[in-house]
Formats: sequence, C-alpha cells, structure tokens
Amino acid sequence: MLELNNISKRLGDFSLEDINLSINKNEYFVILGISGAGKSVLLEMIAGMVTPDVGTVVLNGKNITHVSIQNRDVGIVFQDFAVFPHMTVLKNILYPLKNMGLKKAEAIETAKEYAREMNISHLLDRMPDTLSGGELQRVALTRTLATKPDFLLLDEPLASVDSKLKDEIRGLLRNIHRKGITIIHVTHDYEEAVSLAEKIAVIYQGKLIQTGTAKEVFHNPKSEFIANFTGIKNFYRATYNDENVSLVEESVFIHHYNNAQEPKGYLLLRSEDVILSKQHTLTSTLNNFEGTVMDFFPCIHGIEVQIDIGIKITAHITHESVKALGLERGKKIWVSFKSTAVKFIPHDE
Amino acid sequence: MFLGGLLLLFVVAPLSGMILATSPESFLETIARKEVTNSIILTILTSFGGTLFFSFLAIPLAYLMARHEFPGKKIVSGIIDLPVVIPHTAAGIAILGFISRDSVIGKAAESIGFTFVGHPVAIALAMAFVSIPFLFNAARDGFEAVPIRYEKVALNLKASPFKVFFTISLPLASRSILSGFIMMFARGMSEFGAVVIVAYHPMITPILVYEWFTSFGLKYARPAAVAFILICLVFFVVLRFIVNEKGKRTNVRAK
Repeated sequence: MLELNNISKRLGDFSLEDINLSINKNEYFVILGISGAGKSVLLEMIAGMVTPDVGTVVLNGKNITHVSIQNRDVGIVFQDFAVFPHMTVLKNILYPLKNMGLKKAEAIETAKEYAREMNISHLLDRMPDTLSGGELQRVALTRTLATKPDFLLLDEPLASVDSKLKDEIRGLLRNIHRKGITIIHVTHDYEEAVSLAEKIAVIYQGKLIQTGTAKEVFHNPKSEFIANFTGIKNFYRATYNDENVSLVEESVFIHHYNNAQEPKGYLLLRSEDVILSKQHTLTSTLNNFEGTVMDFFPCIHGIEVQIDIGIKITAHITHESVKALGLERGKKIWVSFKSTAVKFIPHDE
Repeated sequence: MFLGGLLLLFVVAPLSGMILATSPESFLETIARKEVTNSIILTILTSFGGTLFFSFLAIPLAYLMARHEFPGKKIVSGIIDLPVVIPHTAAGIAILGFISRDSVIGKAAESIGFTFVGHPVAIALAMAFVSIPFLFNAARDGFEAVPIRYEKVALNLKASPFKVFFTISLPLASRSILSGFIMMFARGMSEFGAVVIVAYHPMITPILVYEWFTSFGLKYARPAAVAFILICLVFFVVLRFIVNEKGKRTNVRAK
C-alpha cells in the first residue's frame, strides 16, 4: 500500500496543497487532471525525484519521504519514455539488471525473456532513434519492469502514442496489471481513465478534489470542474450484447457506434446529444425510448432534464424547448439519441 | 556575401601565401632536422599531457556547474574564464611565480629533486593555464544539454549517482567534451607567450620558429612554421572527424 499524507509542495508559481491519497496493492489507480494540475509532480514525488515541503510518503508501512530514488521499489515511465539514446534496446534493458547485480550472461538471458514477454525481441539490436513511439513505449516499460517494482508509475503513457496503437498499449497495461503490479497512471484524458482505472483521483490546481471509482467520480461529480471536465452526465455500466448493442445497467439496450473489444465497459453519452419530443417520430436515430420526466432544473446554459427510461438519463435543453414541450414532472416524453453519439469504453472487471 | 568572402580571404591568404612561398626542398630539409621534429613532438606531448591531466579536474567541475546551484557559482565561472582575457605573457609570469624555486610548490618539488622551470611539465602547465576555458566551457555546455530526465530515470533503474555520471551523463556529453578537448589541445600547442616565460628551453615549435626568425630571418623560419601548421591541421581535422563520427552514433536529443 502506498500512502501520501498531507503532502504540500511549492514549485515557483505552482503548488500542491495538502494531498492525501492511499493506493492499495494491485490497484489500477488513475490520477486525472488537466495539464499543469500537478499530476506529474505527484508521480515524481512518489519516485523520489521531488521532495515534499510538508507531508510523508509511506510505502508498505515504511516512511520513504527521504529515501533516495534508487532505493525505492517504484518504477517510473515518463511520457517521453527517456530510453537512453546511446544504447541499443538490449543495453537499455540490461541497464537495471546489471545495476541489481546480475552476472552478464544471466542478465542477458533475463533481458531476452522480458523482451519476449513484451513482444520486442526483434528490436533488441536497434538504436532508440530508429524506433516508433509505440516501440519506445514498450522498451521503456520493459526496462522498468526489469527492476521488479512494487508500484509502476506511468506519466501520460498514451499521450505520445499513435491513436491506432492506443488500444494495443491499453491492452498491454491491463496485462501488466493482471500480473499483480500496482499501477499509478497519470493522464489528462478521461476516456483513458474510464477505460483503465479501478479507482480515479481527480486533481485540479494542485488539490485533490475527488477520489473514487470511475462511476462515482463521473456520475456524482463533487465539483463543477469535474462535471465540466468531461461534460458527461450519462455514464453507465454496460455489457456488450451484439452488433453494436449493449445492455445498460442490466435493464435497457442501447445502440452505439463503435465495436466493443471487451465484453464489459462503460457507455458515455453527452446530455447535449439527447433529443426530447412529445411523440415518437420516425427519424434516423436508433435509440428511442418513452420515459417519465423525473426532474428539471436550470444549469449554466439552459435546463437540465432528468428522465426515467429504465435508467436515469440527463438531457440538456434550452428554456424555449422547455416551454414548447410543456415539461412537467411525471409527464411522459420521448427520448432519442443517435447511436453515433454513444461511446462504448471497454473496461474489464 | 562579399564581406564574408573578404573575411575568409583574410584568414586563408597569409597562410596559403606562406605555404606557397616555401620551396619543397627547404621544407623537406627542415622537417628532417632533429631539432624541428623534437620540438614538434615536445609540443604535441606537452599540450596533450596538460589537456589530459586537466580534463580530470575540469570535467567533474563542469558537471557540478551544469547540474547544481551553489553560492558563488558565477564567480567560479568568471575565474575559469580569466585566462582568456589576461595577456599570455602575464599569465606566464603568474605561472612562473607559482612554480619558481622561491615558491612553496617550487620548494617542495625541489626537495624531491625536481625543478619545474625549464621542464616539460612547466610547459604543459603554461599551455593548460591559457587553454583550460575551452575544455571547461564545452564540457559544461555538453552536460547542460543532457536532459536531466535521463539521469533521473537511470537512478530509478537502480544505478548509483556515480554510475549515472559514467554511463549516462559523460557518454551523452562526450561529443561536446571531446570537442572542447581538441580545442584545448590545439590552443595549447599554439601557445607562445606564456610558455616562453616559464621555459625557453626545451623549445616547443612556436618558440623555435620565433628563435629562428629573430636569429636568421623570415626565410629561415618559414619552413618550420609551415611544417608545424600542417601538423596542427592534420591533428585538428582527424580529431574533428572522429568526434563527428562519434556524434552520429550518440546523438543527444535535448528535450
């Protein structure tokens, strides 16, 4: 278990304020925040590269606040990977193994084994400047895993990777996690957080504003910032059924556009994309439900309406629309939204 | 364009004029003379030795300056640059005062039967004194260009700070350092002012050329000067080539 207790740190104009966090063993923990929120500093603090002004870092019951970088059982992979440019891939992977005292032959054997596991055996003799972003990512991960860290810290691991490769790297990270390594993953991308996290901590302007499961954080955002950060009011647990249709919250079938690679995940729908009408009209929308108005209240740019269609769905409409529809609590209304507005984000249990 | 050409001409014309004015016979005759070859060897060895010895002091200090903030850092930087701005004969006087028989160091050396004055070691010291800023500044710039992140990652990969220096910082800054090494070495070889004060004999080539010029005139001194310039050029070009080749292999990508 890793605990950050009352951490504060001032760095020029920026400061981290009173951060308290505890991360359980084997957890996939995502720290989510916009750039400049202090996520990376937090990671570097766990790795020992930055010392807090106030507070303690406790790893497995031991206070490591002032333990040197090389004596902590955490591995860090930076956004730019920092694969040593003057060494081949093999030498990069050998680097930690030799530092840990392995004999040369044994180190080479171990390095090759790790490389096989991570599918980079064919890259061992290459120099880093000949590798793609995805390949560098794998090399950096392999090199760090070779130190057998208790905690793996990832700083924006998908930010420098081609979008085509993102799914592949996500799969790789899940696999690493399944092997029993605790992962602390920093990102600005909420889809990445939703897709990978067992627990999410949202950080904003140096302060931790909410911690919980993805569902807790997105469904019940504790602050305006989180709500606006994602803009997602409709967030459901889903099981992929067939042909771009998923069963949502075990009660409603919803069409979406992207094929699911995993059977379980989350469905996301922006409240602006939900259309309300008095009666059912035939349009191109595949998702059409009759529901009951539960509640409506003003929000920044209009009115937010909550409708029960078997699940609670939130629509965002204008004052004019409210009048035209004659909205009242308990009134029946038709809800429709295009399948292309619904996003399925895989997330295994 | 025209002004640039003029500048190049200013550098190239006297040198090529001198080379063209030297007949092949007189050139061959001169380089066959023992005193010429000896002086050239002495010049190369003293400059190389001085550069090598002071590398061990300059490189760690350059790393310290590149990576750490400490009070008086600017003063240290200014002190290292001093030899560039003081007249070299004055530098020679300073060195001589430092190593002469009357000085503490001179006396200590004397007690074990070693005399600095007139010794190749004194020549090497004088050469190094005036040329050390070239190596030091290049090494510091080289270390500054190494992304600190590589060093942090190396520590995270369980390397000791000592090992990080030798396996990450030094190799990644090596191109700059070697470049500075060559500059210091070349500058040391061409030093006259400081060396002539601490050791007229044994004669390094710049002093030999001066001696021949004042004793026998321009025509007599010219072939020796040409021979020395050619040797310096060969060294310079070969070492530059080695550094460039190395640079191709270890490209530091500053982030």
